[in-house]
Amino acid sequence: MEANNRWFIAATVLVALLLAVMPLPHHWLWFRPSFTALLVIFWITRMPQNLGVGFAWLVGLVEDLVTGATLGSHALALAVLAYFSLLTYRRTRAFNPAQQLLWVFVLVGINQVVGNWVHSLAGKPVPGLTFLWPAITSALLWPWVAPWLNSMAGRLQVR
Amino acid sequence: MLGLVAAALIAINLYTDWLQPLRERLAGFVAPFYWITGAPERVGDWAGEQWRTREELLEENSRLKRQLLLLEQRSQLLAAVKAENTQLKELMNSAETVDERLLVAQIIGVSPDPLEHVLLIDKGRDDGVDVGTPIMDASGLLGQVIEAGGSSSRVLLITDASHAIPVQVLRNSVRAVAEGTGDLYRLKLRHLANTSDIREGDLLLSSGLGGRFPAGYPVGEVISVQRDPGQAFAEAEVQPRGRMNRSRFVLAVIGDRDEGLGSE
Repeated sequence: MEANNRWFIAATVLVALLLAVMPLPHHWLWFRPSFTALLVIFWITRMPQNLGVGFAWLVGLVEDLVTGATLGSHALALAVLAYFSLLTYRRTRAFNPAQQLLWVFVLVGINQVVGNWVHSLAGKPVPGLTFLWPAITSALLWPWVAPWLNSMAGRLQVR
Repeated sequence: MLGLVAAALIAINLYTDWLQPLRERLAGFVAPFYWITGAPERVGDWAGEQWRTREELLEENSRLKRQLLLLEQRSQLLAAVKAENTQLKELMNSAETVDERLLVAQIIGVSPDPLEHVLLIDKGRDDGVDVGTPIMDASGLLGQVIEAGGSSSRVLLITDASHAIPVQVLRNSVRAVAEGTGDLYRLKLRHLANTSDIREGDLLLSSGLGGRFPAGYPVGEVISVQRDPGQAFAEAEVQPRGRMNRSRFVLAVIGDRDEGLGSE
């Protein structure tokens, strides 16, 4: 990987982490999109030969530290997510926007399910299916985030 | 492979506290994230402070002066009561109460997880804050420190679903345990004897049992009691006194461990 690439990827990860801890009114917290999940899907779909499960795992671990979650919970969730994105990146690229949106919903949903599993291990009460809200908001963000990141990465010649 | 490592980390994190020192060491790395994302709010506050008219400031000044006068009068009374109290305690040979030291801390962040009520404050071990240090605001107890870094700490609020605090009723010293519910405006007293004398409007103070929290700080007010003859226990709902999501500055109570009640 060229230096340029590394800096740009690190910068996007940093921004995603900042967004992940941005203060929100208490009732909106349920709807916060999972920015790191979006980022992992994006980067793995864009450069599957360079980035993989290890990258996602590392991002997740840092997210665990920053958000104060159980160490390893985001790491595990994002690693699983990265595995599925790696398996399907060819299809994801070929999908039309609507299909992509749905697929991102499924992927982030998997991410949320793993996260929720750790939550319930920790004995925290999870009301119903509310933990899936971030999957919906993330999927709705995808059509904006992905093209924008793509054009940025294209301009900086990240490949 | 990495999945296994993550699973192992989760297990270690959930069932042991081996990772605690690591997290505390890395607190200095974590705090800037909250500091940066809190910046817009602080700029807003700052702008609000700067762009105030002279009249507003004068009015606030006179209001504060009046308030100060009232509070000073009350603290004079308090000094006399305190002296008397110490004297009486000496007569009864009961345990000495240690004088407390209060430290003003600023809230720099709130946990992004909607399931946990955790705050980040800008004081840590360097300032004398330690795990277990009680945190309060002007109107009541807020919570306790669960992770103390060098210059920042994480505070678990009493409303968190995993938190419980021993309390007693001001009116008649009936004891109970107030549990958090995961709702910022509710605590719950569970397993109250059906005959226990608790009413709506009763003020609950921390009882100091358990040795975590100092005794005598306001925790909340009982807003309803459900007595169902079919159930073995009564339940009461409590509204916390501390303003859980409105305070900007909080107080850390340092060096107030009442040795007479035994440590943890």
